[in-house]
Amino acid sequence: MGPLDLLVFLFSDHTVRTVGAGAVLMGVTSGVLGVYALLRRQSLLGDAMSHAALPGLALAFLLTRSKESAFLLFGAALAAWVGALGVIAVTGYTRLKPDAALGIILSVFFGFGLVLLTVIQRLPTAAQAGLDKFLFGQAATLLQRDVGVIGAIAVLALGAVVLGWKEFKLLSFDPAFAAVQGFPVRLLDVVLTSLVVLAIVAGLQTVGVVLMSAMLIAPAAAARQWTDRLSTMVLLAAVFGAAAGIGGVVLSSLGDSLPTGPTIVVCASLLVYGSLLFAPHRGLVWQRLVAARRQRTVQALRVLAQLYWLGAQHGDPFYPHPVRALRALVGPGVEGSLQELAARNWVRRLPDGRVGLTEEGLAAVRDFLRQAEPEAPAPASSEAKAQGGEAGQ
Amino acid sequence: MIGLQLEIQLVAVLAAAACALSGTFLVLRRVAMISDAISHTVLLGVVVMFLITRDLHSPLLVVGAALTGLATVGLVSLILRTGLVREDAAIGLVFPLLFSIGVILISGFAEYVHIDVDMVLLGELAFAPFDRLEVNGLDLGPRRAWLMGVILVLNLVFLLALYKELKLTAFDPGLAAVLGFSPALVHTLHLGVVSVTAVGAFDAVGVVLAVALFIVPPATALLLSDRLPVVIALAAAIGAAAAVGGYWVAHTFDTSIAGSMASLGGVFFGLAFLGSPTQGLVARALRHRRQRWEFALRLLVMHLLTHEGTAAEAHEAAAEQLPAHLRWEPRFAATVARLAEQAGLVERRNGLLVLTPRGRELAREVMLYGTG
Repeated sequence: MGPLDLLVFLFSDHTVRTVGAGAVLMGVTSGVLGVYALLRRQSLLGDAMSHAALPGLALAFLLTRSKESAFLLFGAALAAWVGALGVIAVTGYTRLKPDAALGIILSVFFGFGLVLLTVIQRLPTAAQAGLDKFLFGQAATLLQRDVGVIGAIAVLALGAVVLGWKEFKLLSFDPAFAAVQGFPVRLLDVVLTSLVVLAIVAGLQTVGVVLMSAMLIAPAAAARQWTDRLSTMVLLAAVFGAAAGIGGVVLSSLGDSLPTGPTIVVCASLLVYGSLLFAPHRGLVWQRLVAARRQRTVQALRVLAQLYWLGAQHGDPFYPHPVRALRALVGPGVEGSLQELAARNWVRRLPDGRVGLTEEGLAAVRDFLRQAEPEAPAPASSEAKAQGGEAGQ
Repeated sequence: MIGLQLEIQLVAVLAAAACALSGTFLVLRRVAMISDAISHTVLLGVVVMFLITRDLHSPLLVVGAALTGLATVGLVSLILRTGLVREDAAIGLVFPLLFSIGVILISGFAEYVHIDVDMVLLGELAFAPFDRLEVNGLDLGPRRAWLMGVILVLNLVFLLALYKELKLTAFDPGLAAVLGFSPALVHTLHLGVVSVTAVGAFDAVGVVLAVALFIVPPATALLLSDRLPVVIALAAAIGAAAAVGGYWVAHTFDTSIAGSMASLGGVFFGLAFLGSPTQGLVARALRHRRQRWEFALRLLVMHLLTHEGTAAEAHEAAAEQLPAHLRWEPRFAATVARLAEQAGLVERRNGLLVLTPRGRELAREVMLYGTG
């Protein structure tokens, strides 16, 4: 079976199609809203809120005795919301810092959720089974109706982001300015936090409460590395979220016992770590390359300048010198710099191994010295350096 | 049966005390969420070590778990050092990945391992008494009680040996650095102890309760006291109370032991949040109200002193005129006047409010030093 056949098989498979649609919708929603959470430094609020959703799920089931996902997700949303308010209240009214507030809400709500889950497990009815799938998600059990609910949530959340684009942008980057301009900052804050709740709820069935925070953080953090524009970042985060979702679903449908939720999270993590390493401009590899290139340029210019100063001592700017002398002055790595300079035709190599400036090289070094020390005339400083060099020898 | 119950509670209390000791400094250093991260990632270490040793009782499991705990801390600081993401996101990028890999490995090898995800989250507190430590056939008690006991002693020794350093670096890392202590070294050592404690607590009581025990009791204690030794002792006591109380709640309602303990910790925090004598919401509201009246009283005596003996006194000091002059609601003004009379600051003479000597003294004081 070739890769194309595999794809055809996967997308003709009803379960994979349904689950894939759910995962993509979840990924897009959490990716987009995660951008705002990331920019507002609230990444871990998502963690606390997704854990806090558990008792809401369990309570909704206990009250309605129904496994209809709309009810359960409503309960989850409500509890996550209460959790978020709890975090805000604890940080607002006590001396405790956000990290402690998050930890308290997270562990206590989740612990209470586990209590409720065990209560549910002891119910005599047979309908209780399967609530614990919300812990790590169980994408395989997604029904088309569930996907419909997730889709409705996605439309609602994305519609709100489009409608409030300008306001949310302002709130994320400069809330003080937004307040001064008369925007209802507090209301916008509540709306945005509520939208994050929606994103969490959209992901409960696929990745579950424990790992949901990753879906809020990873696509957004990955997107952040590729761009400085909010619109691009939001689109990229949506794409990354969707890619992680579909990637996780496809991989776990191939693997024998790969659970979907954790696989989606691993895919999202690979995207983010890849971006941290390889994104242009911000990525670590890119930064390393830029630094190395700058280092090489500086080294080459130092060699060029030494040749110039040595030439000035001899009264002949083109006077050739042994490589050994240059190595003593500049240090190791002279050979590479000389090759680079020779390639640019800034130095010439004599058959006896000595090197000297060319016409172009002289023009380049004068140009560089003028730029580097616009105050001091180049010849004076070169003499001073040359004397210093002489004294050293 | 009684023995079993006692042993379960003993394990939980030891875990609570150990977590409270190192958790206090996590909360003070504002890195409480690192305990959440560590508690998730130790799973990976346990699973990997199991796959290597193929022995669920190998001490290497604990070593592996402790190593992943340290690796988590290291990874977070490595990502932070790139400057590409902020602290909250850095923590959130590390632990879900490691945890996911752990869960995937577990489900991949589920046929060989009987650790499942529920156990990881909930711990095996109910089974703790059945896992005995035996030396030469002599039953010494539950293995986890010994493990947590050793970890508690480790925490105590660490705390006593480095108390001054821990305190200084937690409250003023800048001063600590200037005085020649290395805040980074103390921080790293502390996180190492946290890591080991998290592993023990994870084994004994599960991830959820471990995180709850690290954060909730110290946070509660910080609402109740301003003195570090008191906070640490209170945190340990609150954690232990949540453990014992939670056990009996779970016993009564036949539900999750770890979940009940965590929930009870939340109840304790809620009580402190509302009722703490200094920090609680109620105390704050009362203080706020009292300050409102005190401020009004001071304003009144100042107003009266300003106009005392002047021609304007006849209408400035008239009780009926207060709302107009001080821009108060009439009812508020009447209450302030009555309170001032009761406090012996003013007297009523022919509808005029006249300062008593005490009132005059207060007014002078306020005018010199401000309304505070």
